[in-house]
Amino acid sequence: MKRTTLDQLNVAKAAKETAVLLTDLKSGEQKLIYPLRPDTQHPLLDDLKTAIRDDRSYVLETEDGETFVQVFNPPLRLIIVGAVHISQFLVPMAQSAGYEVILIDPRSAFGNKARFPNCEITNEWPDEAMEDLKPDHRTAVVLLTHDPKLDDPALEASLKSEAFYIGALGSKRTHTKRLDRLEHLKNLNRIEGPIGLDIGAKNPAEIAVSILASITKSLRHGDKT
Amino acid sequence: MTQKRMTETSAEDLLKTAAVWQDEGRKVALATVIKTWGSSPRQAGSMMIIDQNMTMLGSVSGGCIEGAVIQEALEIMNHGKAGILEFGVGDEQAWDVGLACGGTIQVYVERLEKA
Repeated sequence: MKRTTLDQLNVAKAAKETAVLLTDLKSGEQKLIYPLRPDTQHPLLDDLKTAIRDDRSYVLETEDGETFVQVFNPPLRLIIVGAVHISQFLVPMAQSAGYEVILIDPRSAFGNKARFPNCEITNEWPDEAMEDLKPDHRTAVVLLTHDPKLDDPALEASLKSEAFYIGALGSKRTHTKRLDRLEHLKNLNRIEGPIGLDIGAKNPAEIAVSILASITKSLRHGDKT
Repeated sequence: MTQKRMTETSAEDLLKTAAVWQDEGRKVALATVIKTWGSSPRQAGSMMIIDQNMTMLGSVSGGCIEGAVIQEALEIMNHGKAGILEFGVGDEQAWDVGLACGGTIQVYVERLEKA
């Protein structure tokens, strides 16, 4: 690998930009491309985007030989709005699964280091915090406050983003009311509500499992059900 | 202030370290899993970096084949010609290095050039 290629990969990482490295396995020649840039053109662009979504690197067989397609995605992030009891279980589980977790709760009685010693916490209002965090296609957003004052602004910001998963806690009835309140927004069907896979979860830890399971399903299966 | 806990070193962190190593004057090789069959602990795209003193970071298996990959990496650091290593059950070398997981795996090993 050329040092310039390595440096470009490191720049892409710092900018949280997705890059794909194509290596000709016979000649060793390498080419770096950025398939998610709107002006990028490549004969395999659709295949590369699928590989990016699936976070899957693979050997491409062509008439000219083999090319290794290596996906360099930015790190996974989970943004949780609501430093509630469920979050105390969800934070370490998601960290173990490789997510960088950011917790948003303007109520410092909830969102503080004593309750969440190993997690980045912001006490900003969710809409401001979301503006700073800029959720991308490798970000999941979870709303757990039950409080429309906090959840709704975060939902609105998430729906404008490319977040691969958006989930909001609440019963079917709560969720219906939420959808009524947010009627003016687009793509409301992107919100999973009630949140989580239906595994009959009862207590906060089990609900955290069902949420992480659902996030994983979105990440790995995408639109496939 | 922020304490982050990572469960595995991401490929990007490895690449940053590779740059640091080279800047310190060390020779660096990169090993990347390109294909797997059967059960394999590390998926395609997983990487390991190696320097001339056999310091390694990252992994290409559950620890089964790293030793053999390092040997190859040391040679590639010197002659510069990238190569593909294949390990699998039924392969003499695989038994030697103890690929007990029952998978087959191909690893691409290349030198980090200075420019």
